[in-house]
Amino acid sequence: MADKPGFPEILSFGNTGYGDELAWGAAMSISIALLAYALGLLIGIIGSLGKLGGSPLTRNILNGYTTLVRAVPELILILILYYAGTAALNALFEQLGLGRIAINGFVAAVGVLGFVQGAYSTEVLRAAIQAIPIGQMEAARAYGMSPLLEFRRVTLPAMLPYALPGLANLWLIVTKDTALIAVVGYTELALATRQAAGNTKMYLVFYLVAGAIYLLITLVSQKGFKVLEARVRRGQRVQV
Amino acid sequence: MSLDIVKFIVKAVVLVFLAAIGLLILYWLFFASNWSWLPEYLPLLVKGFGLTLLLFFISVFFGIILAVPIGLVQVTGPPWLAFLARWFCTIIRGTPLLLQLWLLYYGLGSLFPSIPGIRDSFMWPILREGFYYAALTFTLSFAGYEGEVMRGAFLGVPRGELEAARAIGMSPWKVLSRVWLPRAVRLVLPTLAGETVLQLKSMPLAFTVTVMELMGVVTKIRQDTYIVYEPLMFVGAIYMGLTFIFVYAFGYVERSVPQRR
Repeated sequence: MADKPGFPEILSFGNTGYGDELAWGAAMSISIALLAYALGLLIGIIGSLGKLGGSPLTRNILNGYTTLVRAVPELILILILYYAGTAALNALFEQLGLGRIAINGFVAAVGVLGFVQGAYSTEVLRAAIQAIPIGQMEAARAYGMSPLLEFRRVTLPAMLPYALPGLANLWLIVTKDTALIAVVGYTELALATRQAAGNTKMYLVFYLVAGAIYLLITLVSQKGFKVLEARVRRGQRVQV
Repeated sequence: MSLDIVKFIVKAVVLVFLAAIGLLILYWLFFASNWSWLPEYLPLLVKGFGLTLLLFFISVFFGIILAVPIGLVQVTGPPWLAFLARWFCTIIRGTPLLLQLWLLYYGLGSLFPSIPGIRDSFMWPILREGFYYAALTFTLSFAGYEGEVMRGAFLGVPRGELEAARAIGMSPWKVLSRVWLPRAVRLVLPTLAGETVLQLKSMPLAFTVTVMELMGVVTKIRQDTYIVYEPLMFVGAIYMGLTFIFVYAFGYVERSVPQRR
């Protein structure tokens, strides 16, 4: 290379710029966030139903889970689960005689973030379900709806208006929490930025660009959730 | 009732699984875990704990002081100031705290050495130290989140109360300090409590910019001794204790400051 590339060129794609590295990192971050969010929602649905309708034992276990996860900093949870989770899986595979496996950083990141999100989702969904007038669900049961049908036709549409603000918040949190994955060394947007900045010594440029990408994700998501909220609220009375 | 049988089997499998994990963790905790590092590193850990608390209280204190005007100008301020405050909140809330920290520490911090003579000035020890960058970042972050909360709080105070205060002849400053602010803070006390706990849980990020707070010490222990889990569990337990203490304390404050609805 003749001379070091300057500001705009440094962000170009290809060998001279870091545009492709950043784009790849952003794609990784968004994919991790999407999958972790979905996993968290799944845990949240099961957890909230278990908390509301489960046996005392189920409720105690779920209370322990949500309290524990929400009381410990995400970064520490991610470090513990990332190392402990992969070590436990490896131990299991060795016991089964399958030998050690290399656990994909992406899968581990999704699993860990999803596990953390699940605790918050559980609480959001539990509160939303509790906000539904109990008569609506009783009516569904009185009609003889099966639990699944009741959930799909009554509980879900009735709780969504209450749950959506909280769920939107959780999505914004998980997109930002993907940056924590950088600490365990998986290359998503934050770590890609750090590497690019370290290589070029142009710290300010790269961190500002990465910040702009995160901000864009947030702003677009907020717009999307606004549309979604208008849609799920269409059956509701206008609040004065 | 095949659904009941399926439910029962699922429940049994989950319970056996959880019990197995629980027993494994208990076994590990009492028979296989290694806590020999604890006495040696205890002084460092205590110091780190103090630094964590210091960072937390600095950021919460100055963050709230900043948040009040940031919230207020969005409600009554001139449009350009409201615009600035709104974008400040959006940017802080729309980017990861880790990135903000790295932006200030690596980004801004990389500019300072190029200023001639700065290495000899009295500012250099401050500009070199990760602690001050962390304190600044956490303060700005808390100000951004709480500025948004305070905006809603100021809007939530009934107009009639403000008009009554003005009608009595209070100056704008007095309306703010005697009526608007106290009412607004009381309205969002539960939210502020939750946000403060979230702020506490952000403190470990400081270790990524070489601050030797609790997490920094734990990272050093892990690097020195190659012990992976015990130090992490130790710091997790400390944060859990702190969280419960703060939740309890805020609950006490909320109960002791009555509110009429």
